[in-house]
Amino acid sequence: MSEVTQNAAPPASHGAPGERPKIQVVPLKGLPVVAVAVVFVAVAIAGNWTWALMFCHVVGGGLWTGVDLFVGLVIGPILGRLSIPARAEFSARFMPKMVIIMPTVVMMTLASGFQIARKLGNLLASSPNHAWLIASFIVVGIMAVIALGVLEPANIAVLFEMNKPVPNGERIGRLMNRFIYTAGITGLMQVATLIIMTRVATQ
Amino acid sequence: MTMAHGTFDNTVDREFPPIGWLATGALGAVIVGGVLMAAYAPRRAPLGVATGLLVLGVVLLAAAWTLLLRQKNFAWRTFSKVFRWALLAYAVTSAMIEFAFVRDHTTGAPLVLVTLMLVVFATSVPTSIAFTVARYADPDH
Repeated sequence: MSEVTQNAAPPASHGAPGERPKIQVVPLKGLPVVAVAVVFVAVAIAGNWTWALMFCHVVGGGLWTGVDLFVGLVIGPILGRLSIPARAEFSARFMPKMVIIMPTVVMMTLASGFQIARKLGNLLASSPNHAWLIASFIVVGIMAVIALGVLEPANIAVLFEMNKPVPNGERIGRLMNRFIYTAGITGLMQVATLIIMTRVATQ
Repeated sequence: MTMAHGTFDNTVDREFPPIGWLATGALGAVIVGGVLMAAYAPRRAPLGVATGLLVLGVVLLAAAWTLLLRQKNFAWRTFSKVFRWALLAYAVTSAMIEFAFVRDHTTGAPLVLVTLMLVVFATSVPTSIAFTVARYADPDH
């Protein structure tokens, strides 16, 4: 899945094969950072280390919410108004980074968040936060199905399409529409997450 | 399908059964099951409902693979390459979730259910990703 990274040029819709550099679907340079994050979360859970768990949850959750809101409500609508070659050129640089960033921040947030909830007793049925946590599980569940089942396959398919000798511009446009709409939905769901989490923190 | 031997017409989208949607349905079923199990933690969740959701997930994923394996003129090499890398990524994520449950002393039937749900999770997402990529790729000859 990883290829040599160079600058990517916009694909021609159905033109002649050009000399375009390959897009690196998974940026290998980012993998050590991911490994550090995974190990850090594992250590935090293993040691039930309150500060580290809170750090992972706040940093991961802040980035996840911020990125989703920004991409869904700012980048997405802009992208929707661009020409297909412009969308493709933007995506060639943007999506490989998202392939690394999003699963990492989601893993950090969810793994540490569940552990914090257990540690603080928020999962107990008697806790005033219990209902809010169930609401957050449901919101996260919906976002997970949209992000993993619809958005991510489309993103990766776009990157593979752009690596073909003659990419199909119409197909790239269609797959990117899926990205634009689903990113908008997850962006809006993050507003619900913000409301839920601020309620949990202040009960 | 407009494809002569040795050539690939990338301007035409081939028709496929809803393999990606079935895999996404399997993902949805185990995520609902996971939410149910998590909602009851640290108490014991109603295992009947969770088992039903797991079975639904397994059936949908099995249906996706059955349809997939019946495909002729499919880009199996591309599918395999993408599937293996994605499986690695989602196996790591699943292992982290499993670790959290084991660390929190989940044992017995609930742990077995969670583990099987994670297996469906770690397989369904790569299936969906790899199929979405391979359906537009040059089929193996």
